[in-house]
Amino acid sequence: MASPLGAGDRPFDAEGLGVPALVVASATTPGARAGVRRWWRRFARNPGAVFGLAVFLAIVAMAVLAPVLAPYDPIAQGVGNPFERPSAAHWAGTDSFGRDIMSRIIYGARVALVVGLVAVLLAMVIGVTLGLISGYYGGIVDTVIMRIMDGLFAFPIIILAIAMMAVMGFGVRNVIIAVAVGFIAPFARVTRGDVLAVKEEPYIEAARLAGVGSFAIIFRHVLPNVLAPIIVQGALRVSGAIITESGLSFLGLGPPPPTPAWGRMIAEGQAFIVMAPHVSTIPGIALMLAIVALNLLGDGLRDTLDPRMRR
Amino acid sequence: MVQFFLSRLGQTLAVLFTVSIIIFALMRMIPGDPVLMRLGDDFTQAAYDRLRGELGFDRSIFTQYLIWIRDVLSGDLGDSFLNHERVSKLVLDAFIPTLTLVVASVIVGILIAVPSGLIAAMRKDSAWDYGSMGFAIFVYSMPSFWKGIILIWIFSVYLGWFPAMGYVHPWTDLSQGLWRLVLPAVTLGTFFSGLVARIIRSSLLEVLDQDYVKAARARGVRRAALVYKHALANALIPVVTVIGLQFGTLLGGAVLTETVFAIPGMGRLSVSAILNRDYSVVQGAILVGVFAVVVVNLLVDLLYAFLNPRIRVA
Repeated sequence: MASPLGAGDRPFDAEGLGVPALVVASATTPGARAGVRRWWRRFARNPGAVFGLAVFLAIVAMAVLAPVLAPYDPIAQGVGNPFERPSAAHWAGTDSFGRDIMSRIIYGARVALVVGLVAVLLAMVIGVTLGLISGYYGGIVDTVIMRIMDGLFAFPIIILAIAMMAVMGFGVRNVIIAVAVGFIAPFARVTRGDVLAVKEEPYIEAARLAGVGSFAIIFRHVLPNVLAPIIVQGALRVSGAIITESGLSFLGLGPPPPTPAWGRMIAEGQAFIVMAPHVSTIPGIALMLAIVALNLLGDGLRDTLDPRMRR
Repeated sequence: MVQFFLSRLGQTLAVLFTVSIIIFALMRMIPGDPVLMRLGDDFTQAAYDRLRGELGFDRSIFTQYLIWIRDVLSGDLGDSFLNHERVSKLVLDAFIPTLTLVVASVIVGILIAVPSGLIAAMRKDSAWDYGSMGFAIFVYSMPSFWKGIILIWIFSVYLGWFPAMGYVHPWTDLSQGLWRLVLPAVTLGTFFSGLVARIIRSSLLEVLDQDYVKAARARGVRRAALVYKHALANALIPVVTVIGLQFGTLLGGAVLTETVFAIPGMGRLSVSAILNRDYSVVQGAILVGVFAVVVVNLLVDLLYAFLNPRIRVA
């Protein structure tokens, strides 16, 4: 009987898999480090994944170093003439207010990344907790939680996010919450499914017989063993969260202006597509690069981390 | 089959019940007093109490939910706060263009995905394979609203082949309707094709690896004939499932795509309703949208069961 991690009954299998090794990498035991190295070698063989990681790190750097990198103040109007074509002075041209588009793209990375990462993290914490409780306790608790998740799951993400924005009003914090709510159900489902398998393992039974409390069993023994698919799920969802954020921004329901958000920049540029196509098209390139990179990175993580996907 | 049908129907009703509670709860969490919003600035306490009673806000939250559900089930979604039109009519009028776009996109998506998935599987690990799978990831990762703008830029502004925006029902004016639908359907359809092409490729590869296919090969059946006669039909079954699973995403994508092309659909309706704080319209639009997703999922599951004898017979 193979465990869902395919790693036998050992709660941690730093040598064989590299998955839990990543989880305990902070322990910096020699075995864990070897596991990480092994995982990395596998990861590095996938050119798409490496490209994705490189672009993702570049975007992170762009967001963190925005004040240093951006040539102009992203919300200052009239740093150039309106609708200047891309030039040496304005690499991506200027928009209808004479704002520097490159600077706005660089700062826009902050909104995209913050929303993408924080929303997924929030959804992960809530969804995984619900999935752990649901899967471990079963019964009526399980039924109630999972029926609510089924209901949430029926909502198209962007439509749920639109509804949430209607309830909460605009602003970056509310965008994060709106996007996060849409991603809770997938995390709960994935976690619950794996918990159901893990909780039948002998070491869980052993812990229970040894008198370890439910809380400790869930977080110390069950969670680490279901974490790999959750991390994969998280990586795959970040691009979805960024797409949702940019979609909300595009509809005018995102962070209020003049905050630079890629979706809103694309929307604002659409009116000028005939006379100044660069206003709309160039921010879209940044958005698409980010999404392609995150999709490739997510696929790479899935192929190397999730043993079920590895053949 | 009957048992499968009934259990699936039961699940669907349970999901719809949960969805109704979520929507009801969401709409109750909106800040502000809906009675005050209707009354305007100048009113008496008596008028306030009367309207509050009329709208049912003086009853318990449980009763309010039951009344709302009773109204919804009888097709009454309330009135628009803004122009006093029936919400059911507003939502239905907006839903038809959105659904038309989704259906057109699924058709375009399959028309692109089947050949490219087929080529990729038949010429596995060739330039064809990498090319069509690279294209799939590329179109799948392009945000639909940006892709739409790019298509407008190239095909409307630069080449002048297609109108940049607007919508006509294809059944009132076939040529105009389809003409205006091309760019939006390609925008959303290429997203869908990116998804489906990868699935067709992997399910074809799986089918081609099956014993019955190998046996047919051994009997001397040509590879191409094999793929068309045996493998492709089986490889298309997962596509049905994808349509069900992705219908919600497609509907969400349609909301964004139609905004780009100024199609008067669900996206425009709900966004303008939010900006106008016309919450009965928001509520009706979301309810109908989610209802459609749940029903399509049910239909697709049943179709899948019908196509797949292993489930049909069991």
